[in-house]
Amino acid sequence: MAYKQYILVCGGTACESNHGIALFSALQTAVKKHGLVNDVQVVRTGCLGFCEKGPIVKILPQNTFYVEVKPEDAEIIVKEHIIKGRVVSRLLYDKNQSKRNVGIEGIDFYQKQFRIVLRNCGVIDPDKIDEYIARDGYKALEKALFEMKPGDVIDEVSKSGLRGRGGAGFPTGKKWQFAAVQPAGQKYMVCNADEGDPGAYMDRSTLEGDPHSILEAMTIAGYAIGADKGFIYIRAEYPLAIQRLENAISQSREYGLLGNNILGSDFSFDIEIRLGAGAFVCGEETALLTSIEGNRGMPSPRPPFPAVKGLWGHPTVINNVETLANIPVVLLKGNLWFSKIGTASSKGTKVFALTGKVNNSGLIEVPMGTTLREIIFDIGGGIRDGKALKAAQTGGPSGGMIPPQFLDTPLDYENLSKIGSIMGSGGLIVMDEDDCIPDVAKFFLDFTVEESCGKCAPCRIGGRKLLNYLNKICNGDGTLEDIEKMQVIGEAMSRASLCGLGQTASNPVKSSLRYFMDEYKEHIEEKKCRAGKCKNLLTYSIDTEKCVGCTACAKVCPVNAIAGERKQPHVIDTTICIKCGQCFEVCKFNAVKRS
Amino acid sequence: MAKLTLAGLIKLREQKQKLMKKRDPSNKDAQIIVGMGTCGIAAGAKDTFNTIIDELDARGITHVLVRQTGCMGYCHSEPTVEIITPDMPPVIYGKVDSDTGKRIVEEHIVNKHLIDNHICDKPSMDIISEPGK
Repeated sequence: MAYKQYILVCGGTACESNHGIALFSALQTAVKKHGLVNDVQVVRTGCLGFCEKGPIVKILPQNTFYVEVKPEDAEIIVKEHIIKGRVVSRLLYDKNQSKRNVGIEGIDFYQKQFRIVLRNCGVIDPDKIDEYIARDGYKALEKALFEMKPGDVIDEVSKSGLRGRGGAGFPTGKKWQFAAVQPAGQKYMVCNADEGDPGAYMDRSTLEGDPHSILEAMTIAGYAIGADKGFIYIRAEYPLAIQRLENAISQSREYGLLGNNILGSDFSFDIEIRLGAGAFVCGEETALLTSIEGNRGMPSPRPPFPAVKGLWGHPTVINNVETLANIPVVLLKGNLWFSKIGTASSKGTKVFALTGKVNNSGLIEVPMGTTLREIIFDIGGGIRDGKALKAAQTGGPSGGMIPPQFLDTPLDYENLSKIGSIMGSGGLIVMDEDDCIPDVAKFFLDFTVEESCGKCAPCRIGGRKLLNYLNKICNGDGTLEDIEKMQVIGEAMSRASLCGLGQTASNPVKSSLRYFMDEYKEHIEEKKCRAGKCKNLLTYSIDTEKCVGCTACAKVCPVNAIAGERKQPHVIDTTICIKCGQCFEVCKFNAVKRS
Repeated sequence: MAKLTLAGLIKLREQKQKLMKKRDPSNKDAQIIVGMGTCGIAAGAKDTFNTIIDELDARGITHVLVRQTGCMGYCHSEPTVEIITPDMPPVIYGKVDSDTGKRIVEEHIVNKHLIDNHICDKPSMDIISEPGK
């Protein structure tokens, strides 16, 4: 029995946490209730990317795109759309509220995107290997095993210009080559799925939406370097991704796409999952490997590089999830196709998790060389509440803050590093005028200090020192000498730390000192925080001329610091005030002043 | 499921690709819209709908989108089916039973001929999508 209509429900974690599971089962129930089980298939897909408006429901083949769908809407979708063919206009995405029938092509969010890594996300059911196969899945593996020698595979990847998407941007083909030339014997292929930046979820979404693409790519890589065993190192905090990976692995084994003599060839390869406990440092490759071996995750000096001496002393290639997701496409479409996308030094696309003060936060994939302006204003729909952009942070806590003057810089590895940030794994946090730069730097330092493994002094002590200075500045006790010291310490950390975590931890501080010095100086010299974030620099008072004595502020004050008779001007007792700002928010007469 | 060989995988992919094609909203230039209001369903529109889809599948036609819609108002001629294809006038057929549904696919979609004795009307103007006309 063939289905006639398809209801696709986004099954990414963002949508699932927004009652997506209840929605999925409500749709199934509704379909059952109306006797349409044989006609309509309800499919749970991977992340559709438009997380801001989730949960997303897409109806095919009509290609209707519903946003912010609640479980209670399931009945009306089935009753109206499926049975009567009438579009439920109130669930359509339409920023102009004109309620036209908006399909994906009508949504600005998708217009500038180009999906290689996310090609199957939101298209297939990630729990069904057949759907992956139908979308040319495992075709690249076929090609590699039966038409190419291992050297040809490496050659193709090298020529494509694909670089590691985990952060550093090392050429993938070169990495494979290093491992391939090691003497034959035990070798390993490892997938780094230990995504740890706050606010980043590119790898999680890829694994949740298209787990087979990673398995296929790892098998191809295993063939290229001569490994027969692969590990996926993923944090235990990603239960849905783990579950889908486990399911995908068992399906692949059943089909003979993993295991001995794959597809009847003489190549054998199998994959195991290793769960990490969610330490940021374990995303660093040497720390990751020692964690797989069962030790505490701490980095070790390189060389020897893992490609020479990795897991249990054997040559090991480690690739990030997003890097791997590109591999099948590179082989199938060829290096020429792939290398046409992107900029001179950075080929292909990059997935970003766009978060912060943008209207459309979500998961996006754009060609390398796309500008920040296109990402933030065209795809992201601009800054929330019409406020002004202050900075954008790429690369999460390891990246730098980029001021608006670089909005038109094409994003690639080289350009980002020139302006003091990094590509990183793809977190992209947008800040507006209400964000205080030293305060944001403090947030990131807080994270890296917490996550530092403590093995080397520059990272362990330097990070703590930087954080102390930032705290001092935000409390209004900073001095100009502190800034000089921060610059020296930041530089020392970058040069002397053992691993990437410490080397990049000072980036938020260094970049913000470079572009936002005036804001630091304001905190120090004028004791002023223009964003109103640093509590110690604020005082609240009531303008007696504007105050009408409505008592709203007195009622909301949690510490009873506001006194005054009804219909008489009120007064704030600054010795009791905890500067929570609730009176400022609640006053309808702009009588509460913050300075 | 036995382990796949290369030939097995290629065959499986071909099979599954056909199924996935049906979901694909692109490359569809024609629409067959079956009126599935209560009266339409009572008059057998469901059978018509299924027959049309099966017939398209049997012929390997993938460029046609089959949709359901509500009552078109021709209750006297149910089941009704509207066809929108390039190079042909939009047409509503009435009294489309399973056999006529098959003929629609064969004559209207494949041979580009209108079918006698079933033409009801051309669809009314859509005031929503063509304002001001």
